[in-house]
Amino acid sequence: MMWLNIVWYALFVIIIAGYLIMDGFDLGVGILHPFLAKNDDERRISLNSIGPVWDGNEVWLVLGGGALFAAFPMVYASLFSGFYAAMMLVLLVLILRTVAIEFRSKRPSPRWRTAWDWVFFASSLGIALLLGVAFGNIMQGVLLDAQGNIGGTLLNLLNPYALLVGVTTIFMLATHGAIYLSMKTEGELLARVKRWVPRLMIIFFVLNTVLVFWTVLGHDAIADRYLQMPLLVLFPAAALAAVIAAWLMVRRGRYFVAFLLSSAMIAGLLFSAAIGLYPNLLISSIDVQYNLTIFNAASQANTLTIMLIMAVIGMPFVLLYTAGVYYIFRGKVQISSQSY
Amino acid sequence: MNPELLSRLQFALTASFHFIYPPISMGLGLLLVVIGVIYVRTKDPKWRQLSFFWVKVYGLVFAMGVATGLVQEFEFGTNWADYSRFVGNIFGSLLAAEGIFAFFLEGGFLGLMLFGGNRLGPRMWLLSSFIVVFGAHFSALWIIMANSWMQTPAGYELAQTSIGTLAFMTSFREVVFTPSFIPRILHTWVASWMVGASFVLSVGAFYVLRGRFVELGKATFKVALPVFVVFSILQVPAFGAMQATAVTDYQPVKLAAMEGLWTDQSCAPMYIVGWVNTAAQTTTGISIPCLLSFLAYGNINATVQGLNSFPSDVWAPINLTFQVYHLMINLGGLFIAIGLLGALFAVWKQRIWRTRWLLWIFVFSIFLTELATLSGWWTAEFGRQPWIVWDLLRTVDAVSPNLSGVQVFMSVLMFVALYALLFVLFIYLLNEKIQHGPEPLAEADAAVTSLPDTFKDIFRRRARA
Ligand code: HDD
Ligand code: HEM
Ligand code: HEM
Repeated sequence: MMWLNIVWYALFVIIIAGYLIMDGFDLGVGILHPFLAKNDDERRISLNSIGPVWDGNEVWLVLGGGALFAAFPMVYASLFSGFYAAMMLVLLVLILRTVAIEFRSKRPSPRWRTAWDWVFFASSLGIALLLGVAFGNIMQGVLLDAQGNIGGTLLNLLNPYALLVGVTTIFMLATHGAIYLSMKTEGELLARVKRWVPRLMIIFFVLNTVLVFWTVLGHDAIADRYLQMPLLVLFPAAALAAVIAAWLMVRRGRYFVAFLLSSAMIAGLLFSAAIGLYPNLLISSIDVQYNLTIFNAASQANTLTIMLIMAVIGMPFVLLYTAGVYYIFRGKVQISSQSY
Repeated sequence: MNPELLSRLQFALTASFHFIYPPISMGLGLLLVVIGVIYVRTKDPKWRQLSFFWVKVYGLVFAMGVATGLVQEFEFGTNWADYSRFVGNIFGSLLAAEGIFAFFLEGGFLGLMLFGGNRLGPRMWLLSSFIVVFGAHFSALWIIMANSWMQTPAGYELAQTSIGTLAFMTSFREVVFTPSFIPRILHTWVASWMVGASFVLSVGAFYVLRGRFVELGKATFKVALPVFVVFSILQVPAFGAMQATAVTDYQPVKLAAMEGLWTDQSCAPMYIVGWVNTAAQTTTGISIPCLLSFLAYGNINATVQGLNSFPSDVWAPINLTFQVYHLMINLGGLFIAIGLLGALFAVWKQRIWRTRWLLWIFVFSIFLTELATLSGWWTAEFGRQPWIVWDLLRTVDAVSPNLSGVQVFMSVLMFVALYALLFVLFIYLLNEKIQHGPEPLAEADAAVTSLPDTFKDIFRRRARA
């Protein structure tokens, strides 16, 4: 039943793409929050632009964790125990971010609000950086032994390649967040957002180009995959085209289309990486024999089947009502007595 | 520093801290729905004002539930890697189902619940609150299903693989409906409603005592009191007893630890208070003769197995389990007394509003109901030791093999500091919100008729009123 494993790999990548796109823009808003929004009104607008949706967006991460546990339990176990210290940091920033959003506007004191604004910023940045670094290490391979345990310490994770992936992720999400904000803001704030979009895009573009070259030159397996199946280059190429198109759309004031394009770019980049990695989920830098793949790390066929049935039943509803909620909150942010 | 002990400490800490909030989400949520229904039917703005107040409180509690729940989702992998490998085929699918079916429902509609009050008409707003609350109950269902599988595993087979013995699913139906699942989920839901009701009661009573927002305080109090009374009474003979029977049938050594029963005994007693001396193998205290036999088997002459019928290497920490179990039971008895007194004084010429001592008891009842639900979980989880999966996998064999004691020690420190800080801030903000009281309805919030109140309305006109 090899196809089940492949389907679950695809589904897992889609869930992660869902997370990066959905929670990605609200992380991006957090990263830009103290710089773009200058006074309390603007900061409330920035916060309330994600107010009704960030919690639903974060569920993509929870689902990612659950899906990994269910479909590829060996990876869930090895990855999270192996990246123990990093995971604890991720949890720390996730918690701080959640409460920062909820606590910030609960008191009028400017000091209280500024403090939480910075927590919101730092935790959003931290999540983007840590997830990027973790992903960089996954691309690169880890000290995975025959028992499936990852050796090394936090310092092993902080290598130049992984750090570059981390920084690139930050700018990718900041760009995405800025484009989202262009849909949600008006007046002076919008003008500022529009000035920032191209700057962020250029930085992201440069970083990403370096990253792509480093990846292709440094990782033979990934380069080989694309040499074998040149058509797959469509994914990275589409991602590239989407960035440029997104900028044109922002200039024309077609913010929603720009946002869709930016989402497509994120998905395109992730799919490109996923294709390069396939069929590995965790690469061992000790011995390729120890690699955890979508075949040797997966649950059995009956579990995967049941999960697939659940996903097929559940996901359409999720997409439907998520779309409904976004529709109801569409348009520029308005502050009311219920806002943060 | 032993990574296994530290991981257990960390799990106990984080799970217990998480579980402070979901019961309020479920119980308070239920009452919010009731209040919403009353508003839709009576159109009395008082109820709308209360909805706005409680929804804000709900948002705060919910955020704490989310923040601490995220930790739980990943902790199985970080600290219990060998456990995750062992049960991955079975346990993971229940967690994933919780995400797909329940958390998305909650997370999606939470925005509408928290921010929809002045964008949606009363019925649509009520519907979104209902969906969030339904989602909260549904998420509890899946996670407790997963926990029940650990307590009374079924529908699996063990097979040898290259990395050791693992559990594989043979029947999804049996995995879902393990013998302890139905009693456990019912008992937990009911406990959560009691927690939510006592939360509302405590705030209502406080307003009456302080002479501020008296009308609103009385209104919420009157909605919550019947819920509290009915479920306190039902909890003991119906749902609590059902749980006890499930333990008797499937985890007899746990039952013996809960009651400190050393030898097989017919007409076994049940303690009210007591102390277990494990070294001397004695239990002393005040007990009711034959009650345990009756509770466990419905027959006062039935024989209950004692700890000595089991090898000592499968004993739980006995005195600890005994104490937390009796704490829950005694609090359960106390809630019936408090509830009945409250009901009596309420019916009897509304004396309750003048009976200050009783109102003060209600103010503090929230701490007691929280303590009771936590003690219940402590009973279940301490009593499960030394197993992480009953009779299949020991906790010692479940911990992540590559963790060092120092690492886990650091993370325990981090959680202690972080959770202490969060708890202080949470209490501080909650207190401020309660002291501030329900806000008078702003014009926009009162203008109900201009808001879209059906699906058709929402999609026809611009929803942003
Ligand atoms: C307000 C809360 C509350 C109250 C008053 C009670 N319980 Fe409870 N109890 C819980 C809240 C709870 C709980 C938190 O919901 C637990 C933890 C695990 C579970 O399924 O429910 C629990 C667990 C639990 C267990 C352990 C299950 C196991 O180990 O697997 C037993 C035997 C009982 N309960 C029995 C009772 C009895 C006989 C009660 C009568 C006074 C009672 N409970 C009152
Ligand atoms: C929310 C209420 C819960 C509370 C208060 C709670 C409390 C505890 C406590 C006190 C321990 C430590 C026991 C010991 O080591 O002596 C523990 C362990 C554990 N519990 Fe829970 N628990 C809860 C729910 C759950 C649920 C729903 C699950 C699974 C779905 C679960 C899974 C575990 C695991 C895996 C451990 C660690 C291994 C062990 O010590 O046995 N718990 N919990
Ligand atoms: C120890 C195992 C547990 C895990 C892995 C876990 C996981 C989670 C996660 C990830 C969230 C955040 C969801 C979001 O982002 O919306 C959450 C919240 C929640 N959990 Fe837990 N949880 C555990 C224990 C429990 C138990 C025992 C219950 C119920 C009896 C429960 C009920 C809830 C509810 C209702 C929420 C929604 C948030 C809230 O209402 O406060 N959880 N949980």
